[in-house]
Amino acid sequence: MAEDNTASHTILVVGGGMSGLTAAVEAAEVGYDVILVEKNPYLGGRVAQINQYFPKLCTPSCGLEINFQRIRNNPRISTYTMAEVTHIAGEEGNFTVTVRQNPRHVNEKCTACGVCAEACTTEIDDPFNFDLSKVKAIRKPHMMAYPLRYVMDPEFAKSDAAKMLAEKCPVKAIEPDMEAKQIDIPVSSIVWSTGWTPFDASKIHAYGFGHYQNVSTNMHFERIANKYGPTGGKIVRPSDGKEVKNIAFIQCAGSRDHNYLPYCSRVCCLASMKQATYVRNQYPDAKVTIYYIDLRAMDRYEAFQKKVETDENITWIKSKPASLEENPNTKDPIVIGEDTLTGERYATPYDMVVLATGMETNTALNAKVPAKFVSYDEYGFIVNQGNGLTASGCSTAPLDVASAVQSSTAAALKAIQTVVKG
Amino acid sequence: MAYDLSFAKDVYENAEEGHWIKMCMQCGVCAGSCPLGPHWEFSPRQLFQMIRAGKAEEVLKSESMWMCVSCYHCMVRCPRGLPITHIVHGLARFAVEKKRADKDQVTRRFAKILWENMERGGRIGEMALTTKLYMVNGIPDGVKKGMEMKDQAMSMLKSGRLKMDPLHLSRIRGHAGFKAMLKKAREIEQKKRES
Ligand SMILES: Cc1cc2nc3c(=O)[nH]c(=O)nc-3n(C[C@H](O)[C@H](O)[C@H](O)COP(=O)(O)OP(=O)(O)OC[C@H]3O[C@@H](n4cnc5c(N)ncnc54)[C@H](O)[C@@H]3O)c2cc1C
Ligand code: SF4
Ligand code: SF4
Repeated sequence: MAEDNTASHTILVVGGGMSGLTAAVEAAEVGYDVILVEKNPYLGGRVAQINQYFPKLCTPSCGLEINFQRIRNNPRISTYTMAEVTHIAGEEGNFTVTVRQNPRHVNEKCTACGVCAEACTTEIDDPFNFDLSKVKAIRKPHMMAYPLRYVMDPEFAKSDAAKMLAEKCPVKAIEPDMEAKQIDIPVSSIVWSTGWTPFDASKIHAYGFGHYQNVSTNMHFERIANKYGPTGGKIVRPSDGKEVKNIAFIQCAGSRDHNYLPYCSRVCCLASMKQATYVRNQYPDAKVTIYYIDLRAMDRYEAFQKKVETDENITWIKSKPASLEENPNTKDPIVIGEDTLTGERYATPYDMVVLATGMETNTALNAKVPAKFVSYDEYGFIVNQGNGLTASGCSTAPLDVASAVQSSTAAALKAIQTVVKG
Repeated sequence: MAYDLSFAKDVYENAEEGHWIKMCMQCGVCAGSCPLGPHWEFSPRQLFQMIRAGKAEEVLKSESMWMCVSCYHCMVRCPRGLPITHIVHGLARFAVEKKRADKDQVTRRFAKILWENMERGGRIGEMALTTKLYMVNGIPDGVKKGMEMKDQAMSMLKSGRLKMDPLHLSRIRGHAGFKAMLKKAREIEQKKRES
């Protein structure tokens, strides 16, 4: 690559989920400098929270580990975790971005020995498990976290206990006084891959999420089924720890609904089919019911649906349930609606109900790009304009991992084109 | 088999809010939300599908759209935003216009009596209305019902909740204006229909 003293050749990638990781390594491996900015204390995004991913049902480590290794081995990539872009100035080929990095309170000397966490007596809700379990106030962000470095809760950092813990660290990695940093970075082009947030199920009043203990969501269920999740991977219901032998999944919970998200989130049908296999593998006698408007196994995933359909313990009911109620004695959620193939009304109790909530793009929430650099569609996804800022993955549409990776490889190429144009 | 779309088109164009029916995705939320659900012969979802399938007689002769109690549960929940309550009432009216609705349908009779009563005085005359409703199935039946309710009627009279006006002579203030308003509304409706 030709050196040029006036303009930066660096590519900024915002968001370190599957999409951002892909864009970063694809660009760096062909010789471009990349700065990767991630809001969480770890890379991997939502995929890191998934138990197994369709269609092959491998663990997320199979896709993530390889990318972490590529990053670790590539000096062209600089990673900032716990960081966000707060300002963008300039234009294609010549941007200046302001990055704010929040204090981790643990520096790069950390060897992840865990002495601090063992000594720490304060616990907080574990955000990685959607607050369904507790974790120490100084912790490894999650079991396979990369970078493998501990992080301290910012509130706890203000306490005397934090100062005492700092003394315990054998390599002096703990810094309760660490402050936020702000850095201006010149870059040539930007890839925006800030991903998605699960739709807030408590907004769907008729389904009672948050009021009925045994009504959960699909992302919570990924954690419930995971061995590092709140129940150690045992699929039991929240109210009484009972094994879940009769479970219902409700599709389009908040998606394809003009009251909530009007669009199809595209992965939740497949996610429920996949989660049905979690239950069926754990309990050979368990019964699963999937309530749907119509099943959407997008793109090339129909074979997966066909496979799941061979399980006779899975019942498919063509109906969007109207509402949920709860039996006050047993805490069984009751699903109420009309079976549209028979016209019959039903009110059926289950041990547990999982709401297949969809994806809301973070570009419609807290990862907005100033409008002068991008255009948005009516739902807040970015429509690329080819002006030096390219969105990828779930910043452009609700996508599965494979499609997010494709879109991010394309974004890397767009970014490189900007750099080459100079 | 080719579909006959003429009935569907007629409904889309001429029934109140009928064009919305195209938007229904047959999810079943309306049916599951209706407190009278199991008592309808056809749920709103089924009615909409039957319209699309051209089942004119079955729809127009059905009692279903006369069962709606305007609770609006279906309408607030419909994921496609159909104004279901209004469509269902529109279908009832459409059936009347097409001269297919049963004259003895109870909701239809009730609606007619209620409307005529209201139009007469500009507000409901409870005593006349009750008397008329009691008599729908004949005088002996009406008298019997009236006797059964006599204590309640007396106490309502005493507390001023019921006005002594058996001939329904009371009128609202500005009754002439009220009549003129209705007349105008009917003209507008008529014009809409002709265009
Ligand atoms: C219940 C469920 C199950 C699923 N299961 C599967 C499956 O089995 N197989 C499959 O292929 N797909 C599955 N998906 C879809 C999959 O989760 C997405 O395809 C994938 O997460 C997309 O990756 P992404 O990088 O675009 O977004 P994300 O994973 O959301 O990553 C975005 C990253 O950007 C970071 N970020 C956000 N805002 C900022 C900011 N302002 N500044 C810096 N960083 C920021 C986030 O912290 C995150 O790390 C599932 C989805 C759901 C809802
Ligand atoms: S993927 Fe399935 S559950 Fe998700 S919004 Fe689309 S149709 Fe509904
Ligand atoms: S709720 Fe709306 S979209 Fe669903 S069946 Fe009823 S009218 Fe159709």
